Amino acid sequence: MAQKTENKLDFGSKWEYAAAPESADHASIMDEYGLYINGKFVKAEGGKKFASINPSNDQHIAYFAEASDNDVDKAVKAARKAYKEVWSVMPAKERAKYIFRIARLIQERAREFAVLESMDGGKPIRESRDIDIPLAANHFFYYAGWADKLEYAFPGKKIEPVGVAGQIIPWNFPLLMAAWKLAPALACGNTVVLKPAETTPLTAMKLAELIHDSGLPAGVVNVVTGAGATGAAIVNHPDVDKIAFTGSTGVGKIIQKAIAGTHKKATLELGGKAANIIFDDAPIDQAVEGIINGIFFNQGHVCCAGSRLFVQENVKDEVLRKLIDRMGSLIVGDPLDKNTDVGAINSKEQLNTINKYLKIGQEEGAEIYQPKCSLPNKGNWCPPTLFCETSQSHRIVQEEIFGPVLTVQTFRTVDEVIDKANNTPFGLSAGVWTDKGSKIFNLTTKLRAGVVWANTYNKFDPTSPFGGYKESGFGREGGLHGLLPYVNLV
Amino acid sequence: MSRLEVLKTYKIYIGGQFPRTESGRFYPVELKNGTVTNICLSSRKDLRNAVVAARNAFEGWSSRAAFNRSQILYRIAEMLEGRKAQFVEELVAVGASRAAATKEVEVSIDRCVYFAGWCDKFTQAFGSVNPVPSSHFNFSVHEPTGVVTIIAPESPSLLGLVSCIMPVIAGGNTCVILASENSPHVAVTFAEVLNSSDVPGGVVNILTGKEDELAEHFSSHMDVNATIYCREKHLKRIQENGALNVKRVLNWAKYDWNKQGEDPYLLLETQEVKTTWHPIENIAGAKSGY
Repeated sequence: MAQKTENKLDFGSKWEYAAAPESADHASIMDEYGLYINGKFVKAEGGKKFASINPSNDQHIAYFAEASDNDVDKAVKAARKAYKEVWSVMPAKERAKYIFRIARLIQERAREFAVLESMDGGKPIRESRDIDIPLAANHFFYYAGWADKLEYAFPGKKIEPVGVAGQIIPWNFPLLMAAWKLAPALACGNTVVLKPAETTPLTAMKLAELIHDSGLPAGVVNVVTGAGATGAAIVNHPDVDKIAFTGSTGVGKIIQKAIAGTHKKATLELGGKAANIIFDDAPIDQAVEGIINGIFFNQGHVCCAGSRLFVQENVKDEVLRKLIDRMGSLIVGDPLDKNTDVGAINSKEQLNTINKYLKIGQEEGAEIYQPKCSLPNKGNWCPPTLFCETSQSHRIVQEEIFGPVLTVQTFRTVDEVIDKANNTPFGLSAGVWTDKGSKIFNLTTKLRAGVVWANTYNKFDPTSPFGGYKESGFGREGGLHGLLPYVNLV
Repeated sequence: MSRLEVLKTYKIYIGGQFPRTESGRFYPVELKNGTVTNICLSSRKDLRNAVVAARNAFEGWSSRAAFNRSQILYRIAEMLEGRKAQFVEELVAVGASRAAATKEVEVSIDRCVYFAGWCDKFTQAFGSVNPVPSSHFNFSVHEPTGVVTIIAPESPSLLGLVSCIMPVIAGGNTCVILASENSPHVAVTFAEVLNSSDVPGGVVNILTGKEDELAEHFSSHMDVNATIYCREKHLKRIQENGALNVKRVLNWAKYDWNKQGEDPYLLLETQEVKTTWHPIENIAGAKSGY
């Protein structure tokens, strides 16, 4: 790897950062959480339960109920009853006020939720505090206002709610994904059965408590915890009208197949393998920050992560030198420490997957680079990783790794990089870095992806539609276009 | 001695060319006057050739100016109007009343005009500039999904065909469409209209044949982005096959094309929403940020 050794910047090797942990005292966690069905917290059938583990120190957090088919059936029945009798017939402006109230309650309890999110999922407190939790609240606040204005969203059409929505969410942004799913569904007059991921159920159950406190009528939101079998029970339930799923492309395909021949609508937010493209006229320092944010944000557990770096050949040396310097300054460690840049890998299972790809990459002949960083003894950790000398045919270039692993390729011409960037079954997101406006619009038009960040990366907002092309799924979440999956146009 | 009528050989339409099916197979459709027409029984290979043609045409068609697409769709209407009598005769020949046939052709012409008008308007009507709170310019526009396969309704054979093709190509997609099995003649003749309307080869590809044979391949081809299905028999199988590459599978059997075809939301069903972000230096109180 071409790397200048002279005049190398020294980031902090002379001093250690003092620990700056966010206190967890304020957050209360019960020993055991039930299912939230029809406005009540209940045990799962037969008392089945599973534990959630803190991925940064292997400590037990709490037990969660494992919902059976019968439990899911009860939740769907409660949602159907609430849909018919309460939620779909309530004046829309009243519906709006409930959703506004949920937004406010999240804002009031933001710090508690941030701490719990980092404990349960392993993400740095800086991210859960500044991104996950505020965005979750903002999603509710944004969609609340739509509830009584839907006639302006679909000109020329009357709209009806879809009915009962089954929503299955991933472990990478547990509360935020719950908000993405719940807020538009509720605003459009649907009722919901929500299933959080089995490794990160904590903030979803806290959200259920908060929703209960908000006075939302019983059965409008039901939360069932569990693993794949619980999700399958939701997908296969005959009285569910809509499935909204965020997760892997593999599971998304199983769901799409499972609902074939039924009346169920679906929104799928699936995997990605985004190109992040750096031209020689880009502001290189900012681009390097964008590369770092693109792939190491949330340990790379991001479906839209900029995991394929394309650098124009004549600036490769400069970009890689600066990137490697910057990677050396990342602080990997305790998610609750406010200095932490990269937290814990969400689960042992995911760590195994990432390690598998690290091995595959080296066997394929790619050149691996990891900065020297001290990792905690307990928990699941993976240092920020760079693979150079990669090509389009490498598995680490083609397949979603979902970890802090970046592959680097070079290009010479605009057409070449467009071809390479689009040469993937995925199409969720892409990044472009150049100072030339006309080049940006050429690229952003030709990249086949649902979200394109130009001279920025990994930005999200409730007003901004998000979702994929091709095998990255269909349907949009966020913004005006995020309403469509939750209405029938008549 | 009376003049012998010249009969037409019915072909399929792939990449702007009129081949017979590569398989050499045919199926007979008898006209009301007793004439038997030998219709191409298209094969999986014909479909694969058509998808290649559609994929090759996609970049050019989708990057045309919307105004240009609009003019080309209007040109289709002009050509169809000029051949109105021929289409009426062909519909009558397979059993329609003259009045019904005339109406169907006229509505089909109007449908082309309707969607011609949408080409350069739907992105304005349904796109958005999104008021994100950070210092970014953020907007969402529609872009075509890609290559779309369509199994047209069995009837109305012309109006159903046109009603499916127009919203798909108005939005910049390219397509492969399977014509009505028992009344395929108008589809073949419509290909001749397309061919003289400045529609680039490969944008619309028209096959004739059996749904039972081709539904599987129309829905399972891995380089197809969406499948529109206007019949009922194979719906579940087509939806299952969609899962192979997360195809958008659209069930359009529910539409009465006489009453429901004029609808921009049909066009949006083969569109993707793309959202673009870019930083803005120093607006309002927000911080500029890369």
